[in-house]
Amino acid sequence: MSMLNLHNSLTTYLVLAAILFGMGVYGLVTRRTLVGMLIASELILVASSINIMAFNRFTAPDPTIGQIFSLFIMAIAAAEAAIGLSITIAVYRNYKSVDTEDLVDLNG
Amino acid sequence: MNIMDTINSMLPGFLTADGLAGIADEAAGVVFLIMCAITLIGGVIACNSERLVRAVAGLAVCFVGVAALYYYLNSPFVAMMQILIYVGAVCITIAFAIMLAAPEENKKHGPAGPLSGPLGLIAAGLATIGMIGLALKTDFIAMPKVNMGSVKLIGVELLTTYSMVFELVSIVLLIAIIGSLVIARHGRSK
Repeated sequence: MSMLNLHNSLTTYLVLAAILFGMGVYGLVTRRTLVGMLIASELILVASSINIMAFNRFTAPDPTIGQIFSLFIMAIAAAEAAIGLSITIAVYRNYKSVDTEDLVDLNG
Repeated sequence: MNIMDTINSMLPGFLTADGLAGIADEAAGVVFLIMCAITLIGGVIACNSERLVRAVAGLAVCFVGVAALYYYLNSPFVAMMQILIYVGAVCITIAFAIMLAAPEENKKHGPAGPLSGPLGLIAAGLATIGMIGLALKTDFIAMPKVNMGSVKLIGVELLTTYSMVFELVSIVLLIAIIGSLVIARHGRSK
C-alpha cells in the first residue's frame, strides 16, 4: 500500500490512536500538577474516540451509531473537564498550590 | 466523439478527468499525512512542554488534527463538533484554570524522584507497542454497510432511537455545570 492511500486503511487510525494514548499515559505519569494531568487525560479520551470512529467507518454495518456514540463521549468529556477544573480551583483555594506533591492532607 | 473527449484528447495526461481525479486522491493523501503529523506534534507538545500554557496550545493543535481525521472517516458533523467542543470549550476552560490557579511545572522531579520520567516513558511505550502490534496483527472483518451515516440520519437516530440517552446527557451536562459552580464557589470568601 502506498503512503498516499493510508487514509483508507483501518490500521493507520488504530496506530495513531495508540500513539496518542501512549502520550497521554506518559503525561499522566510524569506531570506534577493537576492541570497537566487533566490535559494528558484529554489525550487518552481523544485516542479512544478515534478508535471508535475508525471501527465505525471501516467495520460497523451502521455508521450512524458510532458517530452518535462519539458525540456522547464529547459531552461526557466536556462535563469531566468542567468538574475537574472546578476541583482544581477549589484545591488551589485551600492549599495555594495544585502541585500533586503538596496535596497530602485528607482532612476536609 | 463528443466535445469532452476532444478536450480530453487535447490536454496533457494529468489534466484529463481521470488524471484530475488521481491528483485529487494524491492531494487527499498528502493532506492526511500532514494532519497526522499535526496531531502527533500537538500531542507531543501537550504531554511534554515545560509550561502548561504551551501544553494547552499543543492540545488545541492536536484536537484540530483529530477533527481532520474525523473528516477523513466520513464524519464531517463529528469533526465540526470536535472543533466546537474540544477546541472551543475544553481548551478554553483549561486555559482559564491555568490563569486562575497558576500552576508551575518548574520543579523537575515528581514524588517518584528522577526515575519517574524514564519509567513513565517505558510504561507508555510498552502500552503503545502492544496496541500497535495488536492493530497490525489482527484481521478485522468488515460488515456490509446498511447506510452511509449522513448527518440527516444522525439527527433522526438521535431524536428517535437515542432520545432517552440524549435527554440523559443533557441532564448530566446541567448537573456538571451546576456542580462545578458549587465546588468552585465554596470557600470563596477566604
